[in-house]
Amino acid sequence: MSNHDDDEIRNVEIRLLLEGIHQVYGYDFRDYAEASIRRRLTHWLVESPFDSFSAAQARLLRERALFESLLAGITVNVTEMFRDPSFFKAVREQVVPFLRTYPFVKIWHAGCATGEEAYSMAILLHEEGLAGRFRMYATDINEAVLQRAAEGVLSIGEMQRYTRNYQKSGGKASFADYYTARYDRAILAAELRRDIVFAPHNLAVDAEFGEMNMVLCRNVMIYFKTALKERCLHLFDASLLPGGFLCLGLKESLERRKLGERYAELQLGTRIYRKRYSHVE
Amino acid sequence: MSSNFRAVVVGVSSGGVQALTTLLGSLPADFPLPLLVVQHIGAEAGDGLARLLDAQGPLRVKEADEQEIPRPGHVYLAAPNYHLLVEPDGRLALSAEAPVSYARPSVDVLFESAAEAWGPALIGVVLTGANHDGSRGLVRIKARGGIAIVQDPADAEAAQMPQAALAALAAAHIGADHVVALTAISALLAALAATKGGRHA
Repeated sequence: MSNHDDDEIRNVEIRLLLEGIHQVYGYDFRDYAEASIRRRLTHWLVESPFDSFSAAQARLLRERALFESLLAGITVNVTEMFRDPSFFKAVREQVVPFLRTYPFVKIWHAGCATGEEAYSMAILLHEEGLAGRFRMYATDINEAVLQRAAEGVLSIGEMQRYTRNYQKSGGKASFADYYTARYDRAILAAELRRDIVFAPHNLAVDAEFGEMNMVLCRNVMIYFKTALKERCLHLFDASLLPGGFLCLGLKESLERRKLGERYAELQLGTRIYRKRYSHVE
Repeated sequence: MSSNFRAVVVGVSSGGVQALTTLLGSLPADFPLPLLVVQHIGAEAGDGLARLLDAQGPLRVKEADEQEIPRPGHVYLAAPNYHLLVEPDGRLALSAEAPVSYARPSVDVLFESAAEAWGPALIGVVLTGANHDGSRGLVRIKARGGIAIVQDPADAEAAQMPQAALAALAAAHIGADHVVALTAISALLAALAATKGGRHA
């Protein structure tokens, strides 16, 4: 087929571009699952003034602002308040009783995007009496989305769906208590932001966060190939205290993973894993 | 020599549970290809559909897991709230990216990535549905040399999705390879899967 050669060339161009981005900007997308990143890159190219990745590359490697637009296009920033209500319900019922036994709780939320799930967790912990007793480090590779996360502003059009999610997750109050509506925006309560630190962190190159009681990384590693997944899991393991909790997306699991034997799933299917207190090296 | 084909991808929306029950229930237990299926479904539907379909016929039906290698005679259903994609090496991949044409999972996302991975060794099937998902993907499968099968709109519970697929193929100046009633599709797939001899060698 005539298109076949074009596809092959485009894939070569993508590999070259990702290599160039790694060398110039330090962002490493070479170990990302290929089908979805190709899809996002191709979408960016179609919307751009360039005819090919080769044509775009010359400027992408020189113009930071143009690269930032590509970065925004290829990192996945889709999230929502109380995404997977069953997960938040399981945290409330099965994890919080353990967290309550600590004087202070440290949480790392890796790949927080615009922060909705971090704020959801903050709401949950406030309702469970842990306000002022926890700190959450919410990190992402993309600094533009972190700025939005720190603002804590939601679209008013999503409030019905978020309210339903909140209720299904076992919410004890009214979701409307946590935001102020202003025109088309909903501004999350300042007290929720107080315990969250938003910070840049790149799972492909940066180091662990020490001494965490809980690490959340949901629907982030599904975009990574095996080697990068293993790197992330090693970071999370190195960050977690014994007895700490590792929370993954509902279609992610520690099965067939090197460190799987050091963890036990709290309840089958919740994807909440507890780190064992001792293990054989 | 093994089959000319590596996999079958199926896209279906409203009317899908009945259509999939009919299609999967009539495929033989020794069907030599994996089937990857996107059925539009609510975000919190759980894995009930996979279990229901698994009980209907001889083929093993399960929700697709990331990095899974699809096996012959197995059916992989896209999980609610995730797109299903195929990696260039043929492994399955998931994505929680934004819905495409309001759908997650999206038929187009599966079809386009599968076309890229398997090229002419892919069979795409569009069944009943009340939207236009799958039409872009089916054009892509044809452009990469694969086979396009569309359920006859007159036979479909919801005609819009097969109609949109046929219209998109026509607009791209390519025809569907087969426009047939649902009950004829399993025999057609079995016959295609049995073709050998390097049509694309």
